[in-house]
Amino acid sequence: MKQIECIGVARVKDLGLIDYSAAYAIQQETVKSVIEGGPHTLLFSEHPPVFTLGRLATEANFLLSKAEMTKNKIDIVRIDRGGEVTFHGPGQLVIYPILRLTDFGRDLKTYLKKLEDVGIELLRCFGVTAGHMPKQRGVWAGQNKIISIGVGVRKWVSFHGLAVNVNTDLKFFSMIKPCGLDVRMTSLSQLTGKEIRLADVKEEAVKCFGRVFDLNFL
Amino acid sequence: MSEVRLPELGEEIEKAVVSFWYFKVGDRVSEDDDLVELTTDKATFNVPAEKNGMLKEIRAKEGSEVKIGEILAVIE
Repeated sequence: MKQIECIGVARVKDLGLIDYSAAYAIQQETVKSVIEGGPHTLLFSEHPPVFTLGRLATEANFLLSKAEMTKNKIDIVRIDRGGEVTFHGPGQLVIYPILRLTDFGRDLKTYLKKLEDVGIELLRCFGVTAGHMPKQRGVWAGQNKIISIGVGVRKWVSFHGLAVNVNTDLKFFSMIKPCGLDVRMTSLSQLTGKEIRLADVKEEAVKCFGRVFDLNFL
Repeated sequence: MSEVRLPELGEEIEKAVVSFWYFKVGDRVSEDDDLVELTTDKATFNVPAEKNGMLKEIRAKEGSEVKIGEILAVIE
């Protein structure tokens, strides 16, 4: 019998609720293993409230004082990447695809577009129509952003990825200018009017990645 | 001496912006160390050193725009 041809096998690791920094360390270890020939990997995680600041982030990205941040028990992590401020928190599914991009044409634009396609398909599974936004990254429902996308690449292996707002408390976004822009954020629960389980979103996300990237998950 | 150049990043991508250097001129670098992070269109990527040596020259400053194939740095 002829085997179904597939670009590659992939695995999923669910990190559950985990500190941003701990997940970042796991991402870096996984990048190393994929560079050395390990399988494509999707890491799923959810983080306690944290603002991550890229090298370009300034105080102007914060609309709240440091004292208020501390009072709200929000962590601030400065990370080695470009870009500005991003928020992660409970109810947001953060997907870190650690993929060997040489299998997908070594093309950053194509990769970013494919990630957006995964996001659009994923939202469609939950009855939400979303799309690309000209000159912007991420996935948008009308004028509101629902999935943020940021990608890092080392030796053509990807890290960082997608932050899908499922049941995210959107008040956190009003404390910052996400990505330095005046953008209004939304979530799956806001758009559908119901709570959606992260477990269900993870299950659909694996299928969407399989289809868009032609991957066979173990 | 080896020249570190901005690699091909895919169709339609002609340039990138230097976000920051992990090292400064005069630092010793090892093969595979990330030398510099660049950004294009919401993707950041690292360009590693291809050999051990001393970072002799940085040709592309942080914040500057560089074209594919352009020399970013020189390692000696």
